[in-house]
Amino acid sequence: MSAGFLVASAFLASAVEFVEALTIVLAAGLARGWRSSLTGVAAATVALVAVVAALGPALTVVPLSALRLVVGGVLLVFGLQWLRKAILRASGYKALHDEEETFAQELAEARSAEHVERAGLDWYGFTLAFKGVFLEGMEVAFIVLTFGSTQGSIPLAAVGAGAALVLVAGVGIAVRAPLARVPENTMKFAVGVMLTTFGIFWATEGAGADWPGGDAALLGVLAFVIALSMLFVRLLRRQRRLTPALAEA
Amino acid sequence: MSRVRAFGHFWWDFIVGDDWIVAACVAAAIGLTAALAHSSVTVWWLLPVAVAAVLWLSLRRVAR
Repeated sequence: MSAGFLVASAFLASAVEFVEALTIVLAAGLARGWRSSLTGVAAATVALVAVVAALGPALTVVPLSALRLVVGGVLLVFGLQWLRKAILRASGYKALHDEEETFAQELAEARSAEHVERAGLDWYGFTLAFKGVFLEGMEVAFIVLTFGSTQGSIPLAAVGAGAALVLVAGVGIAVRAPLARVPENTMKFAVGVMLTTFGIFWATEGAGADWPGGDAALLGVLAFVIALSMLFVRLLRRQRRLTPALAEA
Repeated sequence: MSRVRAFGHFWWDFIVGDDWIVAACVAAAIGLTAALAHSSVTVWWLLPVAVAAVLWLSLRRVAR
């Protein structure tokens, strides 16, 4: 896999997560004050850096075939979660993710929550921002570590994630509103396809099987996963049209 | 103990999500691939086919 493909994959996957984290931080900041929220962001960032710093070097000492087997398997299970939800959204069986709606809900909950002060901080604002950044960031850390370690370049994957962070944070600071215009559902579909593709490719290699054409087979797997996803969306849409009473939005 | 359970629950939910059957089938397919690969059978096609089948079955369960 080329370096560009690795960076692009990490960028796209990370951008989706950062858009969601930004929505939560904006709601926490506007409803509970920026000091507590930004302290929560900083604390979560430190925790995430510690996770990556602890696990990154450990992964580099694991033999590559074992790493690809385990990481490929985990990535495949993880990726199928994304792909399954993306297909259900695209076919109308699951509601599309709406960043403005999420923002309105988070904001309303944050405004109605009781004020509790700990260590000079509004505790609700701090924990809301911390949890939002840490949980969304864990997915970014997971993707950076798995993609990077199996390709032998965690720093390169981190560059993709870092670029996404700078872009999303920059736009977020500029507009001070949830990034509702980002084609988030399409991006999530793309990420689901990529995670599943890499999962199939690495798990098969790690299990000891050889791909015809070597690394070039990755493109074949990618085409297969895209075609499969499109087919399933069409089949589910058709089923939904034929049985509208049973379908749930 | 509750913290250990919460930690385990977090990782289960994070990786496996709400359909554990998908994870179990993927693990079985990887195991079968490894077993067949070590007996010199051409087996690169097995995991893509298994993924197609398990994904469709999982989607059908939700869409039914």
